[in-house]
Amino acid sequence: MHRSGPASHLANPQRLVLVNPVRIRVDRIACDGRGLCAEVLPELIRLDDWGFPIIDQGVIPGHLEAHAEDAVELCPKMALWLAEADRHGPNR
Amino acid sequence: MGEIERSGLVGRGGAAFPTAKKLLAVTFQPGRAVVIANGTEGEPASEKDRALLARAPHLVLDGAAVAADLVAAGEAIIVVHRDVRGTVDRALEERRAARIDRTQFRVVTAADRFVAGEASAVVNWVARGKPVPMAKPPRLAERGLGDRPTLVQNVETLANLALIARLGATWYRTLGTSEEPGSMLVTILGAIGTPGVLEVEIGTPVSNLLEQAGGLTGPIQALLVGGYFGRWLPAEVSLRRPFSARGLGIGLGAGLVIALPVSACGVAETARLARYLANESAGQCGPCAFGLPAIANELESLAQGRPTHMAILKRWISEIEGRGACSHPDGVARMIRSALEVFANEVTQHEGGWCTAVDQRRILPTPNGWSS
Repeated sequence: MHRSGPASHLANPQRLVLVNPVRIRVDRIACDGRGLCAEVLPELIRLDDWGFPIIDQGVIPGHLEAHAEDAVELCPKMALWLAEADRHGPNR
Repeated sequence: MGEIERSGLVGRGGAAFPTAKKLLAVTFQPGRAVVIANGTEGEPASEKDRALLARAPHLVLDGAAVAADLVAAGEAIIVVHRDVRGTVDRALEERRAARIDRTQFRVVTAADRFVAGEASAVVNWVARGKPVPMAKPPRLAERGLGDRPTLVQNVETLANLALIARLGATWYRTLGTSEEPGSMLVTILGAIGTPGVLEVEIGTPVSNLLEQAGGLTGPIQALLVGGYFGRWLPAEVSLRRPFSARGLGIGLGAGLVIALPVSACGVAETARLARYLANESAGQCGPCAFGLPAIANELESLAQGRPTHMAILKRWISEIEGRGACSHPDGVARMIRSALEVFANEVTQHEGGWCTAVDQRRILPTPNGWSS
């Protein structure tokens, strides 16, 4: 569920090729507004008036991919993950 | 299955998702599937699912059996409002006595809350007694009730499915428009002669639909269409349009139509609705749990002619959209945004401290209890 980091790249080598652009997704129920993600990745994540993340839904630009993976790993509630950008879901 | 796809049937629970697609999504999953007939009807103004189950429980059960056959499920769980539990139980006894079903049926009384009717909330209720939505993924079609592939269909959708299985897609398409075939159960309330549930052909002019419900009892200013998660439409343009998603430019949702008389205050009604919907949040997701009460506070200020932060209100409305595990905040945002447009003149009056309504009596029904 929390795909990130070099390990999963090696386990799934196709990921190394940027044919599958990714975006950031969040489990809104798990998220309780700690706000670390917005500190790690302010370019794509800001907080609303109650401290909950508002996440840019575009494809993550290459130069921010490492930061996005950091945001996923640092979330204390494990509420963030990266998903293929062409897959739509109810969570943003 | 081909017949269902050709019929063009879409879900009647609110989202209008193509039924054939939903069935296929479950069919393709490994593992024994399960069917849930959703008659929760958490929307306090809607009565159509109850009306259907009270009058034609066997049609819904037939539809559930058809769906169970199509997705190779042995079991179908019928979740119904407490008002019609007895009727459904009796219908099932009749079927057991007649030994007509391959499907194993079970009836569950629905939780009486607004969000309890959302598909994952229904699964959560049946599985754990928790009538609140669950996080996705996984999708219910992949892992729903007891981790099995799960098909959740509204009871009206299943009734239509039963008829299509019996009479075919061509017959089904004799009613409605080519894009939106069939008929629809609508609950019509407000300034109307005989409020209640009607079956109408999709594409019927809205004015005609209101005539069928006994006609308007006086001049109206707006219609709330779809549900409490629907949209306000100005009366003058909507009355001449066909009752279809295409004709009105909005989804028909769960088929609710409320006629708001000119004597009422659209701002006050919307504020009351916003408070009700804020209280009905499951409280699981921050943007909904904190955003909706804040929005309701501002709308109440506006309704009472007190100073209101309109710019902040509008920003909050746009920020909560798409930020819940279910679409509850999206629906609230959509409904309020439409209200601010349709009742724009009254909003301006309220910003100045005035209300032009000559009648403060409530039009939109909201249940009593903690959320009144």
